[in-house]
Amino acid sequence: MSSTIVSLPDQSTARIPKVNFITKENGLLSWLLTSDHKRIAILYLISITFFFFIGGALAGLIRLELLTPQSDLMATDTYNKVFTMHGVIMIFLFLVPSVPATLGNFLIPIMLGAKDLALPKINLLSWYLYVVGGILVIYTMASGGVDTGWTFTTPLSTHYLNTNVLSTGVAVFIAGFSSIFTGLNFIVTIHKMRAPGMTWFRMPLFVWSHYAASILMVLGTPVLAISLVLVILERTMGIGVFDPTKGGDPLLFQHLFWFYSHPAVYIMILPGMGVVSETISTFSRKRVFGYTAVAFSSVAIAVFGFFVWAHHMFIMGISNYAMLVFSLLTMLVAVPSAIKIFNWTFTLYKGSITFETPMLYSFGFMGLFTIGGMTGVFLGASGTDIHLTETYFIVAHFHFVMVGGMLMAFLAGIHFWWPKMTGRMYPEKISQLAAVVTFIGFNLTFFPQFILGTLGMPRRYAAYPPEFQVLNVFSTAGATVLGVGYLLPVLYLTWSLKYGKIAGNNPWQATGLEWQIQSPPLTENFTTIPIMDHEAYDYEWLERQKEKEVTHVG
Amino acid sequence: MSDSPAIAHSAPVEGHHEHPSYQRHHFETYEQQADTTNFAMWLFLLTEIMFFGGLFMAYLIYRNWYYPAFVAASHQLSIVWGTCNTAVLISSSFTMAMGVWCAETRRRGGLVLCLVLTFLLGLVFLGIKTIEYTEKIEKHHVPGFHYSVQAFTNPASDPDTYKEYKDKPMPLDMARHTEIYFFLYFAMTGMHALHMIIGIAILGFMIFRARAGAYTTGHVTFVENFGLYWHFVDIIWIFLFPLLYLISRHQ
Repeated sequence: MSSTIVSLPDQSTARIPKVNFITKENGLLSWLLTSDHKRIAILYLISITFFFFIGGALAGLIRLELLTPQSDLMATDTYNKVFTMHGVIMIFLFLVPSVPATLGNFLIPIMLGAKDLALPKINLLSWYLYVVGGILVIYTMASGGVDTGWTFTTPLSTHYLNTNVLSTGVAVFIAGFSSIFTGLNFIVTIHKMRAPGMTWFRMPLFVWSHYAASILMVLGTPVLAISLVLVILERTMGIGVFDPTKGGDPLLFQHLFWFYSHPAVYIMILPGMGVVSETISTFSRKRVFGYTAVAFSSVAIAVFGFFVWAHHMFIMGISNYAMLVFSLLTMLVAVPSAIKIFNWTFTLYKGSITFETPMLYSFGFMGLFTIGGMTGVFLGASGTDIHLTETYFIVAHFHFVMVGGMLMAFLAGIHFWWPKMTGRMYPEKISQLAAVVTFIGFNLTFFPQFILGTLGMPRRYAAYPPEFQVLNVFSTAGATVLGVGYLLPVLYLTWSLKYGKIAGNNPWQATGLEWQIQSPPLTENFTTIPIMDHEAYDYEWLERQKEKEVTHVG
Repeated sequence: MSDSPAIAHSAPVEGHHEHPSYQRHHFETYEQQADTTNFAMWLFLLTEIMFFGGLFMAYLIYRNWYYPAFVAASHQLSIVWGTCNTAVLISSSFTMAMGVWCAETRRRGGLVLCLVLTFLLGLVFLGIKTIEYTEKIEKHHVPGFHYSVQAFTNPASDPDTYKEYKDKPMPLDMARHTEIYFFLYFAMTGMHALHMIIGIAILGFMIFRARAGAYTTGHVTFVENFGLYWHFVDIIWIFLFPLLYLISRHQ
């Protein structure tokens, strides 16, 4: 399909509608007791941003400590606590809820043509569970922290540590239920709340990728919950289930934990892929190439994701046959991931591409995720994994996928839908600058870590041999740049709430249903329930709509 | 571009027929609402299966590894009490199912009666479970600090069980693994009992609402979905009972 050249509309006459979901009710209670999915999304956005900056500050401390080979900024056990808290906060309180609970919450009902998620009260409950989990994590930090690593490895966590494993375990358990409820709500909404004419293959790919991620949340998270319950029981009562001296098996914990925690990385990345599908299509003015393949590749990632967990255990004494099978299955996940990357690239081909901020972030996502994904194949191969595991190569791989991939996608999404959420534009020039700064800072931080890893620098130590210092200095310098890159959006997005240009309904000339309603939307999204009579990403339909309007007005 | 919403075209404005008061604002029809909450409940039960699945997995592995310990330890459970409890639970599922039927056919009195019966049977189940747990505590079969392997290294010291099963003494290193069996016993039945307690609490709430006539107006989804939950908890027990009590009875 060829691309359609679209001129962005003149927004100078646009006004923010007097009645919208923000102005409908006032006062703190109207927010805390709301059941409006858009308000809950805003609550989530505020709380996950808060935890992102706590986790980010801890990352800063880690990089500062690693500036010099000796452990001089903090004691080694403090360092253990810092990287553990960084991991717990970033994974369970930022990455898992990041896109689904904010953008997904805000947009999925609108994209489907529904008035709200299927279970609005459960949606609010999920936010409260998140907050309780978050408060427990803060309590853990304030009362001395925890140093198991975010993986709660037994028997270290159950027998040998004297830190707050319990409160962290309970916190993650509760935050896990918040994630289960979000996923459950999405699946039910996507099945039952679609507007007339909204068939499965007319849904935006954003919805498809959230559907796949929700399957993982619903099936995976309960297994994490039960393994945390077992860790808590083992630690408090000494029941022996993971204790080798009583005949228990620590490896069983690894199986149960990674049965969730490997799919969890797909919970984190899939919604980001959904964002990128939307932005790539909008800013090249073309239907996503191979829509069906991209939709099914999300589901394929979700399904394969459940059968690869043991690649985290290649050095833990699983059998050679298990290694062979899991190695092969792990490499299979690369196929649907590559389908996505290739299809996005073909979408760009002959598109009329513009370089607004969301597009810049999406390009960042595509490049960095590709590197992160490819190095994942190195690690999935059992031979190279044994050489590279527990080194900085793992750290770099994971951060390329999660920070380079997911965080870029999150920022792309926030910028892309900011006009819809707030009714105002973000300042374009400075945000483009921030996107570039983030990209440079990111590469400077994490690329040296690939080299450090292949040279054999182990992760999770506060001190390292002096020959690694140069690369570590690069990395720390990069982290500083990255920090600036993340602070800028907070500043200018807050600024834009009051001073940003008024956006109007459809500043990007995108085709999704969410762009056809006012911004910010009404509490029930639509005045009348829409009937979907065209495919997703149909730019010709959008053109016809505009012509209709012109003739109507003329 | 004007501010008017440019939807493809709007749904034909239907005459505003009255919606029942229990229909939530974001659903188009009551059927959609009932269908949706029902689906959500099934999905929730699926997460519950995954939750218990971890424990069943552990049971499977350790039973294979420590087979003799699991056989001897399961002889410590009371078949009589276990069978009683199974009967009690199946009856409670029956009364619950009757309750759903009463709600559908709008019989308020029948509904309240069925819910009260389900409530009482649930309490009986927990009562019997308490008796069984007490017995384990007295015999020092609760995993943890006071765990005792005496009944397995020297079965004659436990005359009641010995009379029935004539277990041979086990070497200490296998006898120790009975602790894992008892841990799984307590974790699985305890998790099950926790679900029962939650269910009974909700039942108590429902009895009050049912007396006020909340579920006999045609809005039965709450009773129906709770019924699903109650049957699910029942089914968990249907798997626990043979795995923990019966499977090693004749070995």
